[in-house]
Order: sequence, then structure tokens, then C-alpha cells
Amino acid sequence: MLILTCPMCGVTAEETEFHGGGEAHLKRFGPGSSEDEFEGYLFMRENPKGVHFERWRHANGCGKWFHAARCTTTLEVFGTYAAQTYEPPAEIKAVISDKRPGWRWREHS
Amino acid sequence: MSEQATLSQTALGGARYDAGIATIVEAPLQGMITLRGDLASAKVKNAATGVAGVDMPGQRQVNCVEQSGIAWMSPDELLVLCPYADVAANMAKMQKTLGKGHALAVNVSDARAMFHLGGTHARDVMAKLAPVDLRRDQFTPGMIRRTRMAQVAAAFWVDGDDRFSIICFRSQAQYVFDLLKIAAQPGSEVGHI
Repeated sequence: MLILTCPMCGVTAEETEFHGGGEAHLKRFGPGSSEDEFEGYLFMRENPKGVHFERWRHANGCGKWFHAARCTTTLEVFGTYAAQTYEPPAEIKAVISDKRPGWRWREHS
Repeated sequence: MSEQATLSQTALGGARYDAGIATIVEAPLQGMITLRGDLASAKVKNAATGVAGVDMPGQRQVNCVEQSGIAWMSPDELLVLCPYADVAANMAKMQKTLGKGHALAVNVSDARAMFHLGGTHARDVMAKLAPVDLRRDQFTPGMIRRTRMAQVAAAFWVDGDDRFSIICFRSQAQYVFDLLKIAAQPGSEVGHI
């Protein structure tokens, strides 16, 4: 079972108290973008075996959105962090590098 | 803005269940005011403490004396509890304290239902319904937990005698009451808490 800690209210709970919000750190391409960019924004998603970054919402708790970095094979959670960021924070990346040396996810490593 | 008409009775008319391993009672009408805003702001704090008469609770804490209290609901939300009859006056008082500050106070008394769950197996009953560690050393008096009970959202806290106060949406009151009844049916003690 996936156990997440909400960084907004500090509750640690299993996944049924939360709701997954898909891949994290997507950059929106809207009107004026090229067709390739728009297609990438709409449809192209990572489906990694290993390190992954996701958005989650504490739906049955404080109701806030946040980010989670986790491993898709072991369900290990490397950390959770605020929704108000465009990319994984350095301390989260450091934790992942410690546990999964050589990891890559999109342009992050 | 016209004053909302208020309902004169609770969702289930004070339903209770004593035949099982815990006692379930629907609480009488309870005044509840949702207050959203910057919880660090003095105006917001004063608005809450001024009508509740208790100290501002910390993160995930609740301070409640009888029918008055303050519950920490999220980083920008408090639930102010007060006697049902005092809600209108308290709302006016809070609006005055808040002034033009960016905050929102809404009377949600008639949109919520409240239950009390008591008895020696109350923690067992709650633990069957919510994904929360309810051991006595983990879920202690003074904490409030917003979570789910089976399929619906709920918030609850416990006092020193293992008596739970549970708040849910009024429209889900029957569902929550039935859930509690099933979880408290005779002979269903788990006994591991």
C-alpha cells in the first residue's frame, strides 16, 4: 500500500485518503503553441519503472494539492513537497540520488 | 443579504443506537462556522477565539469545551463551534472582527451532522471505518483528524474517556449512522486497540 505524508497538513495516511492527480511538473502549451508541443502537453506521459513524480490531492483530509516523488515498483515514497513549484526541489532529488543512483526522469536527474 | 432560514431539527432527529459494542448518538443541533483565511493573521485568530472562548489550536488540533471550540481543518481553514442558537450573533461578531481582511466566514451548521460515539469499544469501531492509527498513544485527545469513514469524508476527535465526536455532511448522516451501527454490532469487538 502506498503511504503518503501530506506536506500541507502533515498527516501520514494510506492512499485511499488521497486522490492521484497524474504526472507532476507538466508545462502547459496552449493557444499559439505548435502542434507537437500541444500534443506533448496533452498526451505524452512518462510511464517509468522506478522513480516517478506525481501530483496528489489530500481529498479526504485538508483538501490541498501536493507533489510526491516515489518509486513505481516498490511504492517507496522518496518525499512529498509543495504543489507551488515547477520542478523537484534539490533536497528531494538528493534523497532519490542516494537511494537510486543514476536515476533519470524527463530532464531531471 | 437575507438571513438563511434555519432548520429546527437534526438530520436524524437525535437517532441513537445502544444495542451494540459502542453507543452511537446523534448530537443535538451544533453551531458550526467555517472560517477560511490566513491563520497567521491576528484578525482571523481573534475572530475565531473571540466567539469560541478557547485558545487557537495548533496544526491538526482541536480545542473544545462543551459546545464551543475551534478545530484546525487545513492550513487555511478553521471550524468554529458554538451553541446553535448563537450562530447568527457570532457570525456578526466575527465579520466585525475580520473587517475588510481577506477571509471568509460561513454558517455551515445546517450542512453538517454530528455524532458521539462512546463506550469501551469506541476506538475499535472507529478503527474499522477510518484509515487512521487509533491506538491510545497515537490518536490522543486534542487531535482532530479529517479523513474518510468508509466512502465519505468525516472529521473526528476524541476526549479522555474515548468518546468520539464525529462531524460529517448532513446529507450523509444516515449513511454514517448506519456505518457506525454495523461497525458496532454485538459481538464485533476486535480488541486489538
